Amino acid sequence: MSVTITIPAPLRQFAGGQSQIVVEANTAGEALDSLTSTHTALRRHLFNDQNMLRNFVNVYLNDEDIRHASGPETPVKDGDTIMIVPSIAGGAVVESEVGHELPELSNEEIMRYSRHLIMPEVGMQGQRKLKAASVLMIGTGGLGAPVGMYLAAAGVGRIGIVDFDVVEESNLQRQIIHGTKDLGRRKIESARDRLRDINPHIEIETHESRLTSHNAMQLFRNYDIIVDGTDNFPTRYLVNDACVLSGKPNVYGSIFRFEGQASVFWAEKGACYRCLYPEPPPPGLVPSCAEGGVLGVLPGIVGAIQANETIKIILGAEGLMINRLLLFDAWTMKFREFKLRKDPKCPVCGENPTVKTLIDYEEFCGMAAHQAPAPDTKLEEISATELNARRLRGDKLQIIDVREPHEFEIARIPGTKLIPLGHVVGRMNEINQDVETIMHCKGGVRSAKAIAALKRAGFQGRLINLKGGITAWSEDVDPRVPKY
Amino acid sequence: MIRVSTHQLTEIREHGVRDYPYECCGLLLGRFADDSKIVDETYPISNAREESARRNRFLITPEELMRGERYARSRRLEVVGFYHSHPDSPAVPSKYDLEHAWPTYSYIIVSTGEGQSGDLFSWEQEPDRSRFNEEKIECQ
Repeated sequence: MSVTITIPAPLRQFAGGQSQIVVEANTAGEALDSLTSTHTALRRHLFNDQNMLRNFVNVYLNDEDIRHASGPETPVKDGDTIMIVPSIAGGAVVESEVGHELPELSNEEIMRYSRHLIMPEVGMQGQRKLKAASVLMIGTGGLGAPVGMYLAAAGVGRIGIVDFDVVEESNLQRQIIHGTKDLGRRKIESARDRLRDINPHIEIETHESRLTSHNAMQLFRNYDIIVDGTDNFPTRYLVNDACVLSGKPNVYGSIFRFEGQASVFWAEKGACYRCLYPEPPPPGLVPSCAEGGVLGVLPGIVGAIQANETIKIILGAEGLMINRLLLFDAWTMKFREFKLRKDPKCPVCGENPTVKTLIDYEEFCGMAAHQAPAPDTKLEEISATELNARRLRGDKLQIIDVREPHEFEIARIPGTKLIPLGHVVGRMNEINQDVETIMHCKGGVRSAKAIAALKRAGFQGRLINLKGGITAWSEDVDPRVPKY
Repeated sequence: MIRVSTHQLTEIREHGVRDYPYECCGLLLGRFADDSKIVDETYPISNAREESARRNRFLITPEELMRGERYARSRRLEVVGFYHSHPDSPAVPSKYDLEHAWPTYSYIIVSTGEGQSGDLFSWEQEPDRSRFNEEKIECQ
């Protein structure tokens, strides 16, 4: 069949200056193949590296878009005409990318990433995008461990890590980026070594500092995507606000006990963390993982989801977790998903934002506590060494442990009575009001709550909180008591 | 090189300011001459993208382009390029722009803000698609 192809004006220079070319073909695809085999320079303007018609290039057979017929397989008849028409798209500038070319892959890299490369969804183009990308991870703990390891393995070209902690024994149950040999080392160094071992072709940048309102914008500026692996509310709000203000996607994950959450907060495209949680919870209401515990594999699952979404953002994939909150329960092995909506009244990404620069997040998260009814009397405290000295002196006092029975089984201070926090008011009559009472837990937070609850319930005796809990006891008084 | 009149540049800037904070877009109608393009008319087009995406992307559908081309032919003109605005961003093409362009056409970009327009540059794609080169605008 002989069909006439009309060449659009800007492409005529690649077709010997002709505006119409007649080819022999049975389908629209064959016609284009025939055209571009004669005029090879034309091909790259019509087809991409995967040999697919570029998404802005439309082919009309007579007056019908072949995408609405059978695509390249659409049959042609003698005398048909084919028109090539671009749809014009563009925009979305974050920063100047004039002449920006994706980096090439070396032969070693091609070998390494072959399982990515053979999937058209990634391909050479996608792998080069990964190489060109930069991701900043906040924290190298439970979530940061799988995030960093998978992103490094996937070939994300530049990974920044922010942490200020050192590796402790209690980290190793879940923070698989660190090993026993790393105990006492700085986490950023240990993480950097592990990531380098996984992939020597990428750059790793370490930032040994706490993320603060002073350094966040500066740090975020140099990265495309921010992954939140923090374990506390002030930093979580800081990460969110800095992402909104700098226009970066925030790949969010959080974990507690058996439950995890994940989402992508990207204010330009959907809800931010503040649209979901406008206010932080009162301090102490939501226990940290150190207080409440966490199943070691949980951050592995949630962190892997964060790594997955990060890679999808880089590849420009559809189906990102924007406006979607994923809740995962490792104990019942159930995933649930909630729809999120951008809140037009959101103080940071809404229509009339009130937060236009970073604020003091410690204060922001503490302020809610001042609004909550506070116990009217000051909390009396005692240090572990002082308590030990008083016991050795033979002072008359009783020690109440408000932790859970399974914690009591792990470690206990000798001569204490166990009344878990949830029962402390109900079992108030078991505490002698005429004797000084020392209350303790693991770190001092729950026992302070127990004291407040007892006072509210009308307990008349003197209540003193053990500063630093049983952990301080183990560190300062009796190292035979295990830390957990 | 692209030859444009002061009046046409003003029209492009005004369209950009009018559509701020969204991107505006339109066609440049004129003639291809040796080594240059002459713009005779601008042809504003509505932004076809859905509301939420309009701030970051613009799109001229093939149907709109064909309508524009028909109009151009009736005036014995051709589509020689396109213009669009970059709200609150520099007037330089993004990677996305690069992937969605053809050589020879002129791509005029104007930077816009609330009630004002900023830089205005014209860009032409390198024939191997690797980059955009700034194109001289000759104002008549």
